Amino acid sequence: MTGTFNFEAVKAIYYFEMARMRRTLLQSVISPVITTSLYFIVFGTAIGSRIQEVGGVSYGSFITPGLIMLTLLTQCISNGSIGIYFPKFTGTIYELLSAPVAMSEVLIGYVGAAASKGLIIGLIILATASFFVDIHIAHPFMMVLFLVLTAITFSLFGFIIGIWAKNFEQLNIVPMLIVPPLTFLGGSFYSIDMLPPFWQAVSHFNPVLYLVSGFRWSFYEIADVNPIVSLGMIGLFLVICLSILGWIFRTGYRLRS
Amino acid sequence: MSSIQPNSSKPPIVSIRNLTKVYGNGFKALKGVDLDIREGEILALLGPNGAGKTTMISIVCGLVNPSGGQVTVGGHDVVRDFRATRSMIGLVPQELTTDQFETVINTVTFSRGLHGKSKNPALIEQVLKDLSLWDKRNNMLRELSGGMKRRVLIAKALAHEPRILFLDEPTAGVDVTLRRDMWQVVEKLRETGVTIILTTHYIEEAEEIADRVGVINAGELLLIEDKTTLMKKLGAKQLRLELTRPLETVPPGLEAFDLKLVDDGRALVHDYAADETHGNGQGSRIAALMKALAAADVPLADISTHQSSLEDIFVKLIGERA
Repeated sequence: MTGTFNFEAVKAIYYFEMARMRRTLLQSVISPVITTSLYFIVFGTAIGSRIQEVGGVSYGSFITPGLIMLTLLTQCISNGSIGIYFPKFTGTIYELLSAPVAMSEVLIGYVGAAASKGLIIGLIILATASFFVDIHIAHPFMMVLFLVLTAITFSLFGFIIGIWAKNFEQLNIVPMLIVPPLTFLGGSFYSIDMLPPFWQAVSHFNPVLYLVSGFRWSFYEIADVNPIVSLGMIGLFLVICLSILGWIFRTGYRLRS
Repeated sequence: MSSIQPNSSKPPIVSIRNLTKVYGNGFKALKGVDLDIREGEILALLGPNGAGKTTMISIVCGLVNPSGGQVTVGGHDVVRDFRATRSMIGLVPQELTTDQFETVINTVTFSRGLHGKSKNPALIEQVLKDLSLWDKRNNMLRELSGGMKRRVLIAKALAHEPRILFLDEPTAGVDVTLRRDMWQVVEKLRETGVTIILTTHYIEEAEEIADRVGVINAGELLLIEDKTTLMKKLGAKQLRLELTRPLETVPPGLEAFDLKLVDDGRALVHDYAADETHGNGQGSRIAALMKALAAADVPLADISTHQSSLEDIFVKLIGERA
């Protein structure tokens, strides 16, 4: 490490990325809101009206934290990965690599923007949900903590994918093919108590379970796993992502030949 | 054409020592290059495709990690003190890589921020005006022609007021107007003391604007020389005498002048070194030849001389090493 932190560069990258969000407002904001509203209409209203309460809250309210998590994970991974993948793809990465910025600053700029976008969308969905169902937040501070930690962690994860991906297919494989099944099977739409014991045990290998469970606990104080364990799992995943990135930056993997 | 002579007594602004680069596939792109770049000069690096020009620039700018050797810029090591060195450098890459959906002014402003400089709209305006981009400032990059995109890349490289500018193949696929504009910008930058390093395989370009010329081939720096010295040292001259009627042999009385009959006896040629005319009374040799020609009553139709260009020198050099 030489010299001082290049704050201007972090700012430049952050605003550049946020500007892209404004340009693609339809795709980045409107689309997740519509999708979530459809979930509420289908699951919450049409089907939910025939499902009894889960853990003392209405089904529509019960699925809200899971839906926010689903969108948050997908958005953070997508934004985090495309932010760094796009310059690699177009070749404009030459500028990042030849500028007086440390990779840690590049990371803060891109991941900060991706996490901010994810958080904004998550909060918009929360607001949208409140039009359809009753929302009660028992632990607002913990709610925000879960949201922020998850956003940062999965934006970091996205950044790793963006560096690793050599084409658009690889780029999309995780947010499109891996996150949705994990989220659907991670207790977003049900409590794992409803599952047979074998599948309950299997579910504990699904990292998304811990995110959804902890996040839901901050709303309704009902959880599939202890919220401290949830927090610990997010922390663990955060540390894993940071370690991988540390290795990437030290070796220049897929960045500097 | 150089109005300001680079100061060679000062320490070099870029110093490259025994630089090597071996790529992952085993390809040796650079085999121990040594090069000092003087502050304020225009240095042209010539070489065929794949010679190692871009690799060398990429290492100085931080795009590629060196395998061995050392590079310092302004006395700072490019790996250890990357912030100091990269702040001084502007890079215009070979490929037209642009963020298609960004506007001209945003992308240029972004470049300045990336280099840790606070916003300076007046400076950005000046840079864009110098490159005739001001009218296009709110256009998206994808709406611009190739030549305009090239200008944008130059503007991006200048947005943080670099002291050293690397232009990697700046005129590849560029039309005559833009080329002329670009050399005007380069000339203006040099007047403000900016050091300019350009790679090219258009030799006439190097011949026209460079102070010094380096020739790179197969990962080695074959030579580095002041352009005029190089032209003198390696440039051959040829005197050609067109005849009104073909001759069978060189006429008697001209044996001393090393003349050759060419084109079925329709012309006589005399080869000599470019610096022969200047030094040590050699000029009189041509005068003597002229007198002898008149005395021998050679049927002269026309006289021409030809000096080899940098291109001839270059082809000869590469050929010798091949």
